[in-house]
Amino acid sequence: MRFADFVCFEAVIPQLKAADRDGVITELVSALVKAGRLEDKKRREIIKTVINREQEASTGMGKGVAVPHVKHEAAKDVVAAIGLSSGGIDFTSLDSQLVYSVILLISPVDNPDRHLQAMESIFKHLQHERFRSFLRQSQTAEQIADLLSEADENPYL
Amino acid sequence: MLIGEDILEKVVCEAEVEIKNADGLHMRPAMQFVDLASTFECDVTVSNSQNSVDGKSIMQMSMLAATCGTELKVKAQGADARQAIDALRELVEEKMFDEPPPGSKKKS
Repeated sequence: MRFADFVCFEAVIPQLKAADRDGVITELVSALVKAGRLEDKKRREIIKTVINREQEASTGMGKGVAVPHVKHEAAKDVVAAIGLSSGGIDFTSLDSQLVYSVILLISPVDNPDRHLQAMESIFKHLQHERFRSFLRQSQTAEQIADLLSEADENPYL
Repeated sequence: MLIGEDILEKVVCEAEVEIKNADGLHMRPAMQFVDLASTFECDVTVSNSQNSVDGKSIMQMSMLAATCGTELKVKAQGADARQAIDALRELVEEKMFDEPPPGSKKKS
């Protein structure tokens, strides 16, 4: 799967306003609602589900990235929002470092394979130091979109 | 002694394991795998048809995107390779990461 297949480019936030984990999750879910990818009436419920999932086990995978995710009936297909924080957010990450890039993923309940494919594309790129630092340094939504489409074209970026 | 240690170092064990839980190797099972693999001294490599990754790295394991039914090759190299393979196979195929197989899934 390519980033372009599931990242909602209208829900890409180069400078997150929130400075804490739950605020960032709220901001990103709200961006997906605003972009029309999730229903407004499900907004609170989805935010709560993502936060609960995060309490169970942090999705802060280390190296400054976190990938909060849930399956939810409100999602017709996998959809992702991306947010960057220059100040860093405490996600109680595995390596105890702050998180600068957050990819929020909402997947449909009945299609686990689709969820796995989206995770595959995310981590295929996130494990490369170059990709992580380009993402973190992006200043505008356009730069992020360019980076993702470049990554789609060239998996070894 | 040196020769003995040398032989121990080179223990290599391999097994094919099948992902049997309905949701596949998503993040939580991948974490369980990495946590268990990390309790052993030996190196652990996990391969699907395309990639070989470090079984002790959560980012790399998440990249495998092993769906239910996928066969993975687990290779351990080091003194406790045999124990590692046995434990990892048990986690994947018998415990199924404490998750249900297809068909028995309760609605969430």
